[in-house]
Amino acid sequence: MSSPVTTIDAGHGDHGHGHDAGGNTVLGFWIYLMSDCLIFAILFATFGVLASSYAGGPTGKELFDLPYVAGETLILLVSSFTFGVAMLNMAARKTESVISWLLATFLLGTGFIWMEVREFTHLIAEHAGPDRSAFLSAYFTLVGTHGLHVTAGLLWLVTMMHQVARYGLDGIVRRRLACLSLFWHFLDLVWICVFTFVYLRGVL
Amino acid sequence: MLGKLTLDAVPWHEPIIMGTGAVVALGGLAVLAALTYFRLWGPLWRDWITSVDHKKIGVMYIVLALVMLLRGFADAIMMRLQQAFAANDAAGFLPPHHYDQIFTAHGVIMIFFVATPLILGLMNVIVPLQIGARDVAFPFVNSLSFWLSAFGAVLVMASMWIGDFAATGWVAYPPLSELGYSPTTGVDYYIWSLQISGLGTTLTGINFIVTILRMRAPGMRLMQMPVFTWTALITNILIVAVFPVLTATLALLTADRYLGMHFFTNELGGNAMMYINLIWVWGHPEVYILILPAFGAFSEIVPTFSGKPLFGYKSMVYATSSIGVLSFFVWLHHFFTMGSGANVNAFFGIMTSIISIPTGVKLFNWLFTMFRGRIRYHTSVLWTVGFMVTFAVGGMTGVLLAVPGADFVLHNSLFLVAHFHNVIIGGVVFGCLAGISFWFPKVFGFTLNEFWGKVSFWCWLVGYWLAFTPLYLLGFKGMTRRMNHYDHADWHPYLIVALIGAVIIGMGILSLLIQFYVSIRDREQNRDLTGDPWDARSLEWGTASPAPFYNFAVLPEISSVEQHWADKESGRNLIQPTRYEDIHMPRNTGTGFIISAFGFVLCFAMVWHMWAIAGVSLLGVIGTFLFRAYDRDVDYWVPAAEVEAIENARYALLKKAA
Repeated sequence: MSSPVTTIDAGHGDHGHGHDAGGNTVLGFWIYLMSDCLIFAILFATFGVLASSYAGGPTGKELFDLPYVAGETLILLVSSFTFGVAMLNMAARKTESVISWLLATFLLGTGFIWMEVREFTHLIAEHAGPDRSAFLSAYFTLVGTHGLHVTAGLLWLVTMMHQVARYGLDGIVRRRLACLSLFWHFLDLVWICVFTFVYLRGVL
Repeated sequence: MLGKLTLDAVPWHEPIIMGTGAVVALGGLAVLAALTYFRLWGPLWRDWITSVDHKKIGVMYIVLALVMLLRGFADAIMMRLQQAFAANDAAGFLPPHHYDQIFTAHGVIMIFFVATPLILGLMNVIVPLQIGARDVAFPFVNSLSFWLSAFGAVLVMASMWIGDFAATGWVAYPPLSELGYSPTTGVDYYIWSLQISGLGTTLTGINFIVTILRMRAPGMRLMQMPVFTWTALITNILIVAVFPVLTATLALLTADRYLGMHFFTNELGGNAMMYINLIWVWGHPEVYILILPAFGAFSEIVPTFSGKPLFGYKSMVYATSSIGVLSFFVWLHHFFTMGSGANVNAFFGIMTSIISIPTGVKLFNWLFTMFRGRIRYHTSVLWTVGFMVTFAVGGMTGVLLAVPGADFVLHNSLFLVAHFHNVIIGGVVFGCLAGISFWFPKVFGFTLNEFWGKVSFWCWLVGYWLAFTPLYLLGFKGMTRRMNHYDHADWHPYLIVALIGAVIIGMGILSLLIQFYVSIRDREQNRDLTGDPWDARSLEWGTASPAPFYNFAVLPEISSVEQHWADKESGRNLIQPTRYEDIHMPRNTGTGFIISAFGFVLCFAMVWHMWAIAGVSLLGVIGTFLFRAYDRDVDYWVPAAEVEAIENARYALLKKAA
């Protein structure tokens, strides 16, 4: 057809598509992470206000086992590293390696959660549960919310390992892995703040 | 299994509630019967419940808002009746516990389930059309957002007949909202209904930011977006910035009530004022979330019906943005009486007053747009003028309340109640009703009846002033809000006038419903063949009315703020493209509805401590979500031939009209 297609006719590709889904999703996920970050900001602020409201109960100094928590931190940091390696393998299109490194991340994440649950049950057994004082309410809620996020991340990891195996590293899977990777590193960052402001400051 | 839920949870001995329940049940049965009789279940599921079309989702938001408006208004008229009767020795007809639930439910419903869905509905319908997009960035998430909000509304309604609702006031201050003082399920209904609908609102915020930032038509720069889209962008940024605060705050209150924690209790180190700070960190930006899109609607209506471009486009954008920023620095004015000291109060008082500057800029921009314009007094223009007069007064009483010294006298008085109804009714409600009468033909293809629209406007305007002027005066006389009974004989006449005002507003709502009925009945006479019934200026009027499901057959190239006006001047709007391409569209899905339905069961089960059911429905939510994650057939292509057939019909109509 010899019609003037230059201005009125939209070309093929993105314009006709209307959905440049990949870029949109990553931007949307970033914005979601920022909103999640605000939830953590509120929990940190609350903890800051209540950090010395012990109500006659135990203090952080009496409760926290710093080497144990440092171990937890190390495990989570290493899990971020293994996820990074998984993403490098994704870029190199090595399906098998991606699954292996995701599995390593999953195992480390599970270890972290197991240690956290052990710490919580230990505290509750010592009558230092979340209902003991406002300080402990804020502590359990902040750390527990992070833990719930990591648990959700573990579920997501299982799903993605299965999807990589089933669909290979196609566009949708890579996009989702990119989002999960953002999520995982974000939780790592939040944990570093938890370690610093809750545990280190509590013990000092 | 059923937790705390027993048959005693139903308030059998309350004739008002049971009577309403009977009417709602009969009405509901009639609707179900009609759906079955006319065989509408299939179309309802295929065309609406599973729809991911932003226009249909917008319409559903607005229908939800109008239904809930009836409930919220019923609460309002009961409060007005109670206060008109319960003077001196008379006790009125509402016992205190029921009355407390009514004023709480009224506030919650009007803000979360009327004003918010109205705003989200208008944004859904208009924003993608104004920026020349085919849908929002995440159509499935959009459907999920709507159904989460809708099920939140269902949860509030359910609380009326199963258990009770919060009796704490609409922001549920602790320690009153703590378990010790509110042991029934009322506050739990409050928490879970706001959590589920708030999640929906947050997702909408994310969705629209991405839509506006990334899906504008080729060539459209940020400073070429219509002002309504600008206000929508700022509103959605505010949503993403503050709704997480609400989520977190309510979660902390939940931890107190469910797990015996001590965030806001009086015992073991809790701090109730922390809740009040947190809830207003969300709450004050929330009022700008509601008002900014209303400002945007006025900014579209005024130029259209004045026949002139908007005066001061750039200042409008900057005013909107600065209101967005300033809204974060004023929350403490809700509790100057907390006693944070003169300097802190002075800071927040000044910041609050400063907001009137960008708002004033907007008002003058609208006035200068109208100045020497050829104004056509369409219903939407009446709403706009009514808004400018009413809202200006509301703004001034707001500046008065921003003076800490004055606030110490007027805090929690009816003056405050009159002030925020002045800005919410005179601003948000008038704005949304103006927007509905303006944009209705774009969605349905016919214009609304003007006569009943004007009747509705005058009833609302007169009713508003009659209902709330007495409350301003009563505030000065020292009458506090939320009173079930009073023994000041001289307050009585004012409250009778306020009741008459509320009845007139009720007539305004009735006229609105009549307007819809008459307009639908006479739709053939009022067809909009051109897609541009008002001789308007922005992009949404450049496509057909009703807009086809793909919005634009060929995405427009943008080179002007008033692209449609420019196209009309160059005659380009009448030139049909010679070639069409296949269009990529999202497929409908029921997963948003199903996830929300599981979410509803989850929240209901949490209210009643039915842990097993809650666990199962949580698995339902996760399972449905995973099901969606494995669904790879989420979009489809509309063949060019089909697009061409639809467009040929449209251009034939355009030629006939021209």
